[in-house]
Amino acid sequence: MDLLRFITAGSVDDGKSTLIGRLLYDSKNILIDQLEALEKSTKNRTDGSVDLALLTDGLRAEREQGITIDVAYRYFTTPRRKFIIADAPGHVQYTRNMITGASNANLIIILIDARQGVVEQTRRHSIIASLLRIPHVVVAINKMDLVDYSQDVYNNILIEYSKVAKQLELKNVSYIPISALNGDNIVEKSDLIDWYEGKPLLEFLEEVSVSNDVNLTDSRFQVQLIIRPQTEQLHDYRGYAGKIVSGIYRKGDKVTVLPQQINSTISKLETGGSEVDEVFAPQPAIIHLADDIDISRGDTIVKSDNLPQVNNELEVLLCWMDEKPLQPGNKYLLQHNSRLVKSIIKKIDYKLDVNSLQKQSAEGDVKLNEVVKAIIKTASPLVYDSYPKLNTNGSAVLIDETSNNTVAAVLFQ
Amino acid sequence: MSLYQLNYLEQLEAESIHIFREVAAQFERPALLFSGGKDSITLVHLARKAFSPGAIPFPLVHIDTGHNFPEALQFRDWLTKEVGAELVVRKVEDTILERKLTEPKGKFPSRNWLQTYTLLDTIEEFKFDCCIGGARRDEEKARAKERIFSVRDEFGQWDPKLQRPELWSIYNGRIHKGENVRVFPISNWTELDIWNYIRKEKIDLPSIYFAHEREVIEHEGQLVALSEYVQPAQDDIVIKKSVRYRTVGDMTCTAAVESNAATLDEVINEIISTRISERGETRIDDKVTEAAMEDRKKNGYF
Ligand SMILES: Nc1nc2c(ncn2[C@@H]2O[C@H](COP(=O)(O)OP(=O)(O)O)[C@@H](O)[C@H]2O)c(=O)[nH]1
Repeated sequence: MDLLRFITAGSVDDGKSTLIGRLLYDSKNILIDQLEALEKSTKNRTDGSVDLALLTDGLRAEREQGITIDVAYRYFTTPRRKFIIADAPGHVQYTRNMITGASNANLIIILIDARQGVVEQTRRHSIIASLLRIPHVVVAINKMDLVDYSQDVYNNILIEYSKVAKQLELKNVSYIPISALNGDNIVEKSDLIDWYEGKPLLEFLEEVSVSNDVNLTDSRFQVQLIIRPQTEQLHDYRGYAGKIVSGIYRKGDKVTVLPQQINSTISKLETGGSEVDEVFAPQPAIIHLADDIDISRGDTIVKSDNLPQVNNELEVLLCWMDEKPLQPGNKYLLQHNSRLVKSIIKKIDYKLDVNSLQKQSAEGDVKLNEVVKAIIKTASPLVYDSYPKLNTNGSAVLIDETSNNTVAAVLFQ
Repeated sequence: MSLYQLNYLEQLEAESIHIFREVAAQFERPALLFSGGKDSITLVHLARKAFSPGAIPFPLVHIDTGHNFPEALQFRDWLTKEVGAELVVRKVEDTILERKLTEPKGKFPSRNWLQTYTLLDTIEEFKFDCCIGGARRDEEKARAKERIFSVRDEFGQWDPKLQRPELWSIYNGRIHKGENVRVFPISNWTELDIWNYIRKEKIDLPSIYFAHEREVIEHEGQLVALSEYVQPAQDDIVIKKSVRYRTVGDMTCTAAVESNAATLDEVINEIISTRISERGETRIDDKVTEAAMEDRKKNGYF
């Protein structure tokens, strides 16, 4: 059994909460007392039905306002897979929340109201999916019950969205006509949509292959901390603990430590407390090198025949996430996995309109939820890959040193 | 499945170990909040794996309400010895005396609320800048939105509106003096994941997780064990039943489940077939208000 992380995106009232509630409910991941609490809070409803959307509703402020403002994580399991849903709001003022939720997703479900078709929000969510290179896209055309389960409506939306997908170079796009409210094509194939030949949503989610989502070709390992027990038995023990960011490492591999540019050989590998011959992403590991080298947290160990980029001036896409605007020329801390360096935003090339992908002039401050192309200079070199090539080694965040807040998502270009 | 693919438990474990190592590297004085339950026992197991062959580089801290199951305390002492960790125990009892707090009253006097005081005092005493906790996002609605690195202000309070974005697997643990970060390495695990992992890794648990005989009374459909802290009222009927616990909290506010499951496999089978969620089944004080957890978290609760 493996794991699939997905995010759901849609405009307000497209039925996102109902869909998630439906998935949890139909896969029997709602429990009696949760259902009771649900029924209690539904009592005031005139029609007396259970509102599935309430299952996914969280904080009180949000309950009162009737909107979702943060990312909430939901879990459900079927005999075939464990699922983690990032439930993120869709409005433009919550772009940062959506990016947060999307950053770890293998798949995105983009909800479209069958009556509305492709709208501005659909485009924006698709743009985010494309910027973050989410490997799989499911376009769920919802509320089919309100358009008489019409195949024409479905086909028109499919044609319309295909254009968006083509422009954004989205790969692996699938379309499923559903009714979240009635449960059509969620767990079971719906008799009312007999013209649809694909799988129902849950079956699709269970079967979509995620094994290729992990890069096993370009080996990257960053040191999180050095393990040196300094006890009597382990007097000379010195291991570099970290996560295999990508690729595979084997005992005896010729490796290079970056940014120091020092070569060595892997003398020993450990994972989970035992010695092994090889480790692969995303396993935790301890690497031992044949030579004594000065290595600290944040340094990278790669195979010598496949090197990443090493630079202290780099092109990035920045998604600004703070209320305080970005000012060009400001200094920030940049955290690239475990490596923390001082950085300065040297130049902003242009702003990217997240509704149209149009480049706009970079005049003025960069505000919350805006995406810009920029040049960053760092105090010491970063060891990285471009995000499109290798997202796990191509992403970072900016931290405001005065507030300590995480203020931007950084995608290396 | 391909040779180079992790199953879901291995993926969850990998994520948790990564988080533990970030904690050890980013903070000066972290601590692991150890409640004695299966979640914190799993945390200890993960911490051990993260730093092996080195020792766990932070103390285990037990905020002792004084209402513990004796089996859980014995197990705690055994486990800390076994892993060679430092154990810090601070008692709610002492906080009540020192700070002249009012003891909760009633038939099931829960000191859950008061734990917050002892915890904040302990953080202050040891200058802990990070407390690792075993909370899971599937436990409760408010938790579902909490970050893995959750920043608390000087009063231990969580502000759900001011959470830092948490992207990819990059964790920002930078704080101002006096602030403190709660880190939840098993955020993405469900109750069943924990049980399956315990089975896979053969992790030892206190005996009360398995079926045993106990004298209990029935309270609003829940079974509560008699103990020093819970005495039957006149109209209570005391019965002897075979029970087990799904969570290990205070004897005053943790309900037992009627069960004959004596092995891990039997317990897991029961959990799979049960249709009542963990908090609802076992916490007597939780049904009070729907927003109970949110209020408590804002207050500096774990
Ligand atoms: N007829 C119909 N109504 C739906 C469907 N899905 C959701 N709705 C309704 O649309 C409204 C908004 O749904 P909700 O899930 O709250 O939308 P969200 O804002 O995207 O989370 C609610 O009144 C739902 O009952 C559907 O498939 N068919």
